[in-house]
Amino acid sequence: MSAGNHDQPLVRHGAAGPRNLAGLAVVLLLAVLLIGGTWQYTRQRIADNAARQILAGISVVLPGILYDNEPNKDRVLQDTGAGQPLPIYRARRNGSPVAAVVTVSAPDGYVGPIRMLVGIAADGRVLGVRITAHQETPGIGAAIATEPPTWLAGFVGRSLTDPPEARWNLRTDGGEFDAIAGATVSSRATLAGVRTAVQYFNTHRDEIFSTPALPAGTP
Amino acid sequence: MTPDNASNSSAGQLLAEGLWWNTPGLAALIGLCPLLAVSTSFAAGFALGLASLAVLCSSNVLIAALAPWIAPRFRLPAFLLLIAALVTTVDLLFEARWFDLYGQVGLFVPLIVTNCLILARGESFAAHHGVWPAFLDGLGYGLGFITLLAGLGALREVLAPGLLVAALPAGALFLLAALVALRQLVVSRRGAA
Repeated sequence: MSAGNHDQPLVRHGAAGPRNLAGLAVVLLLAVLLIGGTWQYTRQRIADNAARQILAGISVVLPGILYDNEPNKDRVLQDTGAGQPLPIYRARRNGSPVAAVVTVSAPDGYVGPIRMLVGIAADGRVLGVRITAHQETPGIGAAIATEPPTWLAGFVGRSLTDPPEARWNLRTDGGEFDAIAGATVSSRATLAGVRTAVQYFNTHRDEIFSTPALPAGTP
Repeated sequence: MTPDNASNSSAGQLLAEGLWWNTPGLAALIGLCPLLAVSTSFAAGFALGLASLAVLCSSNVLIAALAPWIAPRFRLPAFLLLIAALVTTVDLLFEARWFDLYGQVGLFVPLIVTNCLILARGESFAAHHGVWPAFLDGLGYGLGFITLLAGLGALREVLAPGLLVAALPAGALFLLAALVALRQLVVSRRGAA
């Protein structure tokens, strides 16, 4: 602290009176105007940003897939096994199902849940996987989410018959998938998430595509 | 070493106070929570520093303008309310304008409310100085904070690929300690000369 800060009284003394109440009222009014005005000014843009981010995530896990609807609006909430309903986005062409994007929260990450989007074609093949949120260790487990996603690309084209369901594990666990060196726990959790999405899609395909979409604006 | 009377000091002296003599996080060891969490990259550090600077300048100005009308016993709730409103404003603007960056540092923007640096400058300086010196004080401290956040972020970003610990929170503590020691060295050399 500089000496200069202490050569004046720390606070100005004065009795609480109408002047003070007016001061408080001004502070309150200012706070309300600031927050209300900014919210009014930014809310459309913030909503657009969020929608754009979801749409970008969807198009990234559905590479080369032709659809003519807006999957971010063709959305249902279903519990794929994590204990909480998470969004599934449907991609359609001329009204018939082309692919679905399943949101998964894999619970067994090294630090916490790993959230991901798994794009799955109507025939059950994985089209793309992207990590959307994780807290894995920087430099180690965080490698699951590096761009470009070379490790995640290993899931593309796979389905529950390729490899057979029992082989949907890391090599160290007797399966067919490589782990990222030094990040076995994060790799195992991510793989389990992708497997959950594929399994859920295979057993609930009709339910996924026939459930009516949530109305726009519902959280 | 420091300006003797802040109210009579020049704009340059006021700026130097926060930028060098009393740099937050480096000389005055406050505001460390965001410092360690967000300084993983230059962009993230700079963004949170900029948000802090905006809040600090505007809260200093408003507090300086309103302090004469606020009784001492009400000053804490009044200042905190002002700071919270300003942080919310900055948070919303940030999310609207820099959405991608907000994904990285967004969690820490609302926490600026609890950065004691903001309330400390409001209480110890802005509340009994004019609007213009209060603005300069906020600018100086804000620029000091940005420099440190962005600098530490850049340092960690450069070191992280080869030195894993730099990417971890513990590494941020070690690097910060090194920077504090470096600054002390410079200050004590100058004092001795």
